[in-house]
Amino acid sequence: MGRMAGRRLLAAVPVLLVVTFAVFAVAAASPFDPARVYAGGGGPGTGQDVLDQLRHNLGADRPFAARWWDWLTAALGGDLGVSTTLRQPVAQAIGERIGWSVLLCGTAFAAAVLAGTALGVLAARRRGGLLDRAVTSLAYVLEAAPPFWLGLLAVWFFALKTGALPAGGLTDTGSDTVTAGQVASHLVLPSAVLAVTQLPWFVLYVRQGVGDALDEDPVRGARARGLSERTVLLGHALRSGLLPVLTLIGSRVPELITGALLVETVFSWPGIASATVDAATGADFPLLAALTVLATAAVLIGNLLSDVLYGLADPRVGFDG
Amino acid sequence: MTARSIRVTAAMVAAGTLATGAAACGKPGGGNGGNGSGGVRDSLVVGIANEPETLSPLLGYGKDGNSKIFDGLLRRDADMKLRPALAASLPKVTDDGRTYTFPLRHGVKFSDGKPFTAEDVVFTYRTILDEKTNNADKGELAAVDKVTARGDDTVVFSLKYPYAPFAERTVLPIVPEHAAKGQDVNTGPFNTKPVGTGPYVLTGWSKGEKLTFKANPEYWGGEPKVKKLTMAIIKDDDVRATRLRSGDLDGAILPPNLVKGFQGDDGKTTITAKTTDFRAVTLPTANKVTGDTAVRRALDLAVDRDAMVKSLLEGAGRAGYGPVPTNSDWFAKGTERPYDPEKAKKILDDAGWKPGGDGVREKDGVRAEFTLWFPAGDKLRQEHALAFASDAKKIGIRAKVQSGTWEVIQPRMKDDAVLAGGGNPADPDFDLYNLLHSSLALDGFNNMAAYKNPEVDKALEEGRRSGDKAVRKAAYDKIQHALADDPGYVFLTHVDHLYVMKDNWKDLTTQVEPHDHGLGAGPWWNVEDWQPKR
Repeated sequence: MGRMAGRRLLAAVPVLLVVTFAVFAVAAASPFDPARVYAGGGGPGTGQDVLDQLRHNLGADRPFAARWWDWLTAALGGDLGVSTTLRQPVAQAIGERIGWSVLLCGTAFAAAVLAGTALGVLAARRRGGLLDRAVTSLAYVLEAAPPFWLGLLAVWFFALKTGALPAGGLTDTGSDTVTAGQVASHLVLPSAVLAVTQLPWFVLYVRQGVGDALDEDPVRGARARGLSERTVLLGHALRSGLLPVLTLIGSRVPELITGALLVETVFSWPGIASATVDAATGADFPLLAALTVLATAAVLIGNLLSDVLYGLADPRVGFDG
Repeated sequence: MTARSIRVTAAMVAAGTLATGAAACGKPGGGNGGNGSGGVRDSLVVGIANEPETLSPLLGYGKDGNSKIFDGLLRRDADMKLRPALAASLPKVTDDGRTYTFPLRHGVKFSDGKPFTAEDVVFTYRTILDEKTNNADKGELAAVDKVTARGDDTVVFSLKYPYAPFAERTVLPIVPEHAAKGQDVNTGPFNTKPVGTGPYVLTGWSKGEKLTFKANPEYWGGEPKVKKLTMAIIKDDDVRATRLRSGDLDGAILPPNLVKGFQGDDGKTTITAKTTDFRAVTLPTANKVTGDTAVRRALDLAVDRDAMVKSLLEGAGRAGYGPVPTNSDWFAKGTERPYDPEKAKKILDDAGWKPGGDGVREKDGVRAEFTLWFPAGDKLRQEHALAFASDAKKIGIRAKVQSGTWEVIQPRMKDDAVLAGGGNPADPDFDLYNLLHSSLALDGFNNMAAYKNPEVDKALEEGRRSGDKAVRKAAYDKIQHALADDPGYVFLTHVDHLYVMKDNWKDLTTQVEPHDHGLGAGPWWNVEDWQPKR
């Protein structure tokens, strides 16, 4: 297992290099002009000499490959550079925000895994039954629904129509202290929406896995031995039915990140994902590059995690297969 | 779910409080019972659409005054007259308008307790003008040659040329040298942790969400009655309206169609700010069609400005005939152009633009058509562009309306028309010079139409150099008449800014507002002076 992890980490290095290089290339090819974005607005008054001076100060007049190299060498030395859209060091910007994103994604992911497993098992118990059909069709519908649309729907219903939950932000608008209670109530809607977007995959995988397991010999044997339905379902079928889900956990990470991007924007959640949008449209190379490294690392670690989990759960798979 | 039940209870309590009008419920400010603002008199929560990129005046924050955390040497009152702030009096102008001397107010302290001195003023201006400082608005100080301190309590500005409206620029906020020096001005901690002499102190900035302030007890103008100020950043108009309705906000800027929903609402008032915020179509001189004086004059007469005010702005605005709004002292009476499509057609006929087969006019094989760009996502500009195109079509000129980002539009400005906006109320020089002077043709976003008129250039120079108001007025009158004869732009409207406020304070006012608005402008421009009702 250690060998596999080491090998994967080694392979991550070229991947990260290529990805960050691509980010610089794509951003340089985009029509967005960092100096213009920096000057803001779009109103008259900023003369060409000031724009040129800004472009020079921001280093935007240099070829992207050179800027990538500078960024890379500085980053290896621990200096992530300075964000032009947020006007603060990248490390500080990420530090202030990543905690809230992890909280949001973590809560949503845990909720999605738990609820998805529960619903999947219930659906698999009697395949073709009313509950199964309801859960499955709901899952297909949710799978097709874009996260931002779900988010707007949730805001409309829970915040506007019923007033039960706040529509956005980390705390109430009038309060400037961050208390656990406030954050908790503000976390409910965005994390629920994010969880719901992840839910269908878990429901469908668990339903399939557990359903198949129920038809397999070991389970039939357990039933024949007269074990209780509960033991059969949770002890035997769920155990083998969960295997594909473990793979899923890792591979859902990219989707979770893009989902968080939209959900954070809809709910004005001060996380890292919403900063990504600004960084991209602002041609904010240092921030964009750092965020890309983070996202790529998250995906790679997610994949590694699912392989490790799979190997642990089913020794037949092995770690170097 | 307990969190949910707390919210519901809090919302019901807040609703009940509002309904009975028992506003003073005595809840301490910042209570965490859910709705911190409901009925509390000493706090204010307002919803604004735009967030500042930085809170450092060195990078452009608060350059037009009213920055809450900072003061300038001067400030403007409700009538836009200059008043001393950190200066002890208005400046003494000598050397034919080339030297401005400001005596400074004594005993002013920054919010960190350190005294304010002339060195802070010198540091502020020198830093902004430094090449390495990424301040996009530094062009506004282009006239400054030198800033020097004379003793502890006098600052002297030497200008490169006589510049009459210079005092209007000194509303620019002053930063403390001791707090802002010794760090990277573009990225250092001062950008997010400002220290100033102003009526409020920043207590928190959650980017993309809100800015919070508390009253500065040591403020030289007296401690404000509104102790706690929150600026919630809510980009979406509908969300802002909803949160205002739910009691989450005490006031907000809203577009006219959403303001209608609050009229007749007890406990809320609508406040209209007059502006110099114009919308205009540039008529690029390089384009064969829009460069023709006949076409320019015809278009200028063919647009139905009053109909635009009525339908696009729902009455909240005025017809515009130039950057100077009709209600300004500087407006040249008699330059209003009535809606006259018949005269417009005649001008085109006389100039040889004959109607072609499909209704579009032609002259010497050139079809009377051009492209009109508007920045994508700006609904108001889109509507103006479409209305303009529809009016132009009636006299046989085709404007093809297209949207794009500024990156797409900028390279095409030389040949294509743009639905432009802007406006600074402080002095006519600020708009007119940048829009019309030929030396600034297509320089960044200055003079986007490449307008060139030697007479206008001369008058612009006169207007900015003379310290005599009568001379300046004559110069600006001349320019406005020249614009009627040879329009470089078709000015359409001046847009009012509308605010809906909870009716808890006495005598709310607004100033004449610029194109940009939000943090400083709005009824809360003087929140530090507000008194609670009763």
